[in-house]
Amino acid sequence: MSARDDILGSIRKSLGRGPLTGEPAAQLHQRLAQPQRNLIPDRTAGRDTEGLTAQFADKSREVACTVDEVDSLDAVPEAVRAYLSRENLPARVVQAPALAQGPDGGLDWSKTPTLEVKTGTSDGSEDTSVTPVFAAVAETGTLMLTSDTATPTGLNFLPENHIAVVRRSQVVGPLEDAWGRFRAARAKAGGAGPEDGFVMPRTVNLITGPSRTGDIEQKIQMGAHGPRRLHVIIVAD
Amino acid sequence: MAHPQSPDSDPPSPKPAGSPKVGLFVTCLVDMFRPSVGFAALKLLEDAGCTVIVPAEQTCCGQPAFNSGDNKDTRAVAAQVIAAFEGLDYVVAPSGSCAGMIREHYPELFADDPAMAQRAQHVAKRTYELTSFLVDVLGVTKVDAALKATVTYHDSCSGLRELEVKAQPRRLLSGVTGLKLAELPGAEVCCGFGGTFCVKYPEISDKMVTNKAEEIVATGADTLLAGDLGCLLNMAGKLKRLGAPTKVRHVAEVLAGMTDGPAIGDPAGSVSGEER
Amino acid sequence: MQSTSKQFKDNAHHALNDATLQRALLNVKTGFQEKRAQVVAGLPEFEALRDTGRDIKNHVLANLDFYLERFEENVTANGGHVHWCRTPAEAREKILEICKRREAKTVTKGKSMVAEEIGLNEYLEENGVEPIETDLGEYIIQLRHEPPSHIIAPAIHVTREQIAEDFRREHTDLDPNRRLEEPRDFTDEARAKLRDRYFAADVGITGANFLIAETGSTVIVTNEGNGDMTQLLGKAHVVIASLEKIVPTLEDASTILRLLARSATGQEMSVYTSFSTGPRRSEDMDGPEEFHVVLLDNGRSAMLGTEFQDMLRCIRCAACMNHCPVYAAVGGHAYGWVYPGPMGSVLTPSLIGVEEAGHLPNASTFCGRCESVCPMRIPLPKMMRHYRQREHEKGLNPQKARAGLALWSYFATRPGLYRLATRIASGLLGRLGKVNGRFTSLPLASGWTSVRDLPAPEGRTFHDLYRERQAKGGRA
Repeated sequence: MSARDDILGSIRKSLGRGPLTGEPAAQLHQRLAQPQRNLIPDRTAGRDTEGLTAQFADKSREVACTVDEVDSLDAVPEAVRAYLSRENLPARVVQAPALAQGPDGGLDWSKTPTLEVKTGTSDGSEDTSVTPVFAAVAETGTLMLTSDTATPTGLNFLPENHIAVVRRSQVVGPLEDAWGRFRAARAKAGGAGPEDGFVMPRTVNLITGPSRTGDIEQKIQMGAHGPRRLHVIIVAD
Repeated sequence: MAHPQSPDSDPPSPKPAGSPKVGLFVTCLVDMFRPSVGFAALKLLEDAGCTVIVPAEQTCCGQPAFNSGDNKDTRAVAAQVIAAFEGLDYVVAPSGSCAGMIREHYPELFADDPAMAQRAQHVAKRTYELTSFLVDVLGVTKVDAALKATVTYHDSCSGLRELEVKAQPRRLLSGVTGLKLAELPGAEVCCGFGGTFCVKYPEISDKMVTNKAEEIVATGADTLLAGDLGCLLNMAGKLKRLGAPTKVRHVAEVLAGMTDGPAIGDPAGSVSGEER
Repeated sequence: MQSTSKQFKDNAHHALNDATLQRALLNVKTGFQEKRAQVVAGLPEFEALRDTGRDIKNHVLANLDFYLERFEENVTANGGHVHWCRTPAEAREKILEICKRREAKTVTKGKSMVAEEIGLNEYLEENGVEPIETDLGEYIIQLRHEPPSHIIAPAIHVTREQIAEDFRREHTDLDPNRRLEEPRDFTDEARAKLRDRYFAADVGITGANFLIAETGSTVIVTNEGNGDMTQLLGKAHVVIASLEKIVPTLEDASTILRLLARSATGQEMSVYTSFSTGPRRSEDMDGPEEFHVVLLDNGRSAMLGTEFQDMLRCIRCAACMNHCPVYAAVGGHAYGWVYPGPMGSVLTPSLIGVEEAGHLPNASTFCGRCESVCPMRIPLPKMMRHYRQREHEKGLNPQKARAGLALWSYFATRPGLYRLATRIASGLLGRLGKVNGRFTSLPLASGWTSVRDLPAPEGRTFHDLYRERQAKGGRA
């Protein structure tokens, strides 16, 4: 007997039943096909975009991010330059390809000529990455990033500093709202909506603050393996 | 088997009218080591208007056997307690540990015996730790007692976590004339007694009770109080071994104004040390 | 891993007399307890979420076969492989086979307790593959050739002076006179040392905090980013996880995430929660070429349907050990196997047998603090008591203890005789102890008096005094 059959058999024996079929199985399939939300904390309830954005900014600061707010995407390059200068960091960034694209041609770095801007993923040598996010969760100050052609995962971990560009419209209340948008945005081609399935990207990263460790005598240190700094630029859009 | 009330009936509603019949579960440690705690409990209950009955068929709640994995002997002792107390309105013990045993664990002991389980449930629902009974059931807000002392309070584990005894003793102590409470940091951390644990693993128990004794001394309190004699014997024994002057008493003694006798571990006839 | 749980008492003795260890253990309180209390106070729904978390896991356990099959389907559909392993040996062999096929020289590892459970590092080393731990705590204990002493803070037993010695001994290419004093110094040195190892790794091995049935994703939760880099940069990603890590949906994982970090480190969310679904795709710019999930049973399927099933709800947050006074006294190594503290005292006998690990469920005062903080509401003391019952039924507890119990029971069920015995004992001890009020030593009670005095009884039993009072007409 294969290990697989053995293990499944042992589970069923312990549970005192055979494989699930019929109605019980159908109910479980249904639970997977239409995922229900469980209890959601009240702390984000009743907030409009402005309220959620303020909450997201507060929560981000609580987890040791720095936060800037700018009026439009056009102001992002200058905000990046100013941040690097303020923090005494080298004037070099690697941006996600997604930020170089877009309907209006992506971020315009021409007005920040002192900045060296590269586009692509990271080989571990870069000082600072600039990435978009898929969503931002006000509940906990969490960023949701997904892997894709234009959003490589390496940018989220390898550089010393990470700058995340969050558009106000991407800010949601609880984590479940981010999954809701995620399912809708990634609904399978030809399906009527998320209930017909969605495509899970290879990687989803939920990021809440910069990397840290408490492994030396329980004293928290930033920048264990991932970025030492996480700077969030919130764009009013 | 005749029952005084139908087994699934709820216990008498809080703040019962008239004089409720309360069975005092003395506990084996109070019986043998410190009967004055039993009399303090008796006085508090009688002062609060209860008719107190002390069934003669009680010995122990069965916890030593239960925690040693011996369910058969535990059931025999539990059945004896159930038979002795089931005719009364309430069962009250000056111990969160024993009350917790009856209230939380008796019903599960008889899971395979529906008739006994029902009787166990009946008694369990009526069982309370002393200070919790006074405050939560009888609505006592003030006791007639005085003690000029700074006391600190240790929350014994079973009472705290199984029966949510935390505010009740403090509430009653706040009404004792002359008494000041200095809270104990780590009051909710186990003292290392744990029934047979303290003799099966004396070194670990020692570490725990040493920490506890050091924290007690650091409060500057002259008296340590708690609601369980097992923990009190353990902590008093360690404080004595360390040469600490802290007096140790069961909270009931203070609430009943019965602090003339020697504190736990002090010589008979010794001046109690507390100014009254 | 070879267990020393049988020597628990000796292990504890050494731990209690190890001044360095005792100093290190003081960090448990400030590092974990206080932070948890603060963050829990900040979420009014925390208690209700514990109920929800418990219910989700109970639902999973009742339908474990179903969800595992869905998980496997979805891993496969995304181009990954699931390997079912009954025993630690099968899991080790499967992982080695993947490493050999890829001609792996080094593998990076994210923190995994299941990898400890199957003794993976030793096995890989014996077979010519070098495992490199990347979690800072795991890295430190790998340098020290020690097992973890805590499930989320594996090096909590080590002081910075000891780490400085280890780093100077092992990192011989660095200036021997460099400063190694502040936590920052150690963190930076390890970061620099491990950077190249991530890129050079042929295989990255991680554990999993969750397996998600609906998507076939594996999820890891870290603060350092080490596990995340391990699974991103290794040319193949191998996940080692035990069966019960499964949850149905992303929403279910989200609920449990609200409990996990709060209970573990007192954070609302850990820094990184990373979902991996299959290998790198054609559109991806990075990621591993292969994706394997090694699913380990090792006795868990047999725990279902027993009084120990609830233990399979455990999410490895370590709140139980962080709040356990016994753990705080002796540290994790005393428990003698992979899982220490209260969760270990239940899981260890379940996985390696109560004959081997019988001390662990006994070494508890049943203070109940573990259960009071367990995010999954696992009744840990109750299950330890179940093990004591098993021992008693099998006659595994010491003869002396059984004889004592029998004697106690004989008297406790005969109130008349009991009265007589307590009258005699109380009277005798009361008279003997009258002068001092306590005993500093007493025959037959050395377990007690070896470490503390025994307060003397007042001299007469309550029941005798009460009968007298009643005879005199009741109320005094």
